[in-house]
Amino acid sequence: MIGVVQFPGSCDERDAVAACERVGEARLLWHEESDLSGLDAIVIPGGFSYGDYLRAGAIARFSPAMEAVARFAADGGPVLGICNGFQVLCEAGLLPGALLPNEGLRFVFRQVELVAEDFGGPFGAEIPAGSTLSIPVKHMSGRWFAPDEDVDRLESSGQIAFRYAEGHNPNGSVRDVAGVTNEAGNVLGLMPHPEHAVDPLTGSEDGLSLFRALATRSVAA
Amino acid sequence: MKAKVLIRPKEGILDPQGKAVERALPALGFEGVSDVRVGRLVELETDDPSKLDSLCEKLLANPLIEDFEVQLEDGKG
Repeated sequence: MIGVVQFPGSCDERDAVAACERVGEARLLWHEESDLSGLDAIVIPGGFSYGDYLRAGAIARFSPAMEAVARFAADGGPVLGICNGFQVLCEAGLLPGALLPNEGLRFVFRQVELVAEDFGGPFGAEIPAGSTLSIPVKHMSGRWFAPDEDVDRLESSGQIAFRYAEGHNPNGSVRDVAGVTNEAGNVLGLMPHPEHAVDPLTGSEDGLSLFRALATRSVAA
Repeated sequence: MKAKVLIRPKEGILDPQGKAVERALPALGFEGVSDVRVGRLVELETDDPSKLDSLCEKLLANPLIEDFEVQLEDGKG
């Protein structure tokens, strides 16, 4: 069973549940819940948790659900953060870096090409290095940033999961980074929305592989 | 005690908001203004000013991308 956390201001949690249900079982997890028993994987969905007050993701990290998710992640449980979920995971210190306002100062909403890096963990196992994925972005603060020396280290430790293909970087992120993992590889965050790319009807089903990674764990557990 | 917390983008980090403001100024007749950086001001009242630094590090600012400066109302700080 995959749990999809819902904060006040989340808006993609239902699409995330629907995406999970294509490959397994899922349920919503209200932000005040702190009991994750029975859950094999967690999705932190997109949206504007707590109105993006202060900084995107800054307040959500203090919710009971996120404190439970931090323990779940420390125990090796797979966690996928999408867009605002990525921002929350960075603010919570579960993923490296931070998300800054887009270089162009505008909300961007478009299909982008991603290139998968050689990365580990349950997600890396589903997605071969070098494969390209067509997935939409829609965000205002998606410019991933970390100091140069940190990015060097993340590159050499295989924690850069996805980059925007050449010419596709929509926000000015450092070295075209679109998604990163934690050191163990069980926590992945990315700005593009794989839950909106799970049906050919809407242009692409390239996002399914990430949910498959969560469901695979569910079956195995 | 009243306090003000000034939060700025760290040096070296591109601040597109500051750039946009800077670019708009000449059109309005304000020449010779450069290095515009846009940050945030948080005003608050606290019983224990000694906790302000840790409060800033944990919530008000993200130390990876922002610097903060605490100003207490009596002018110290």
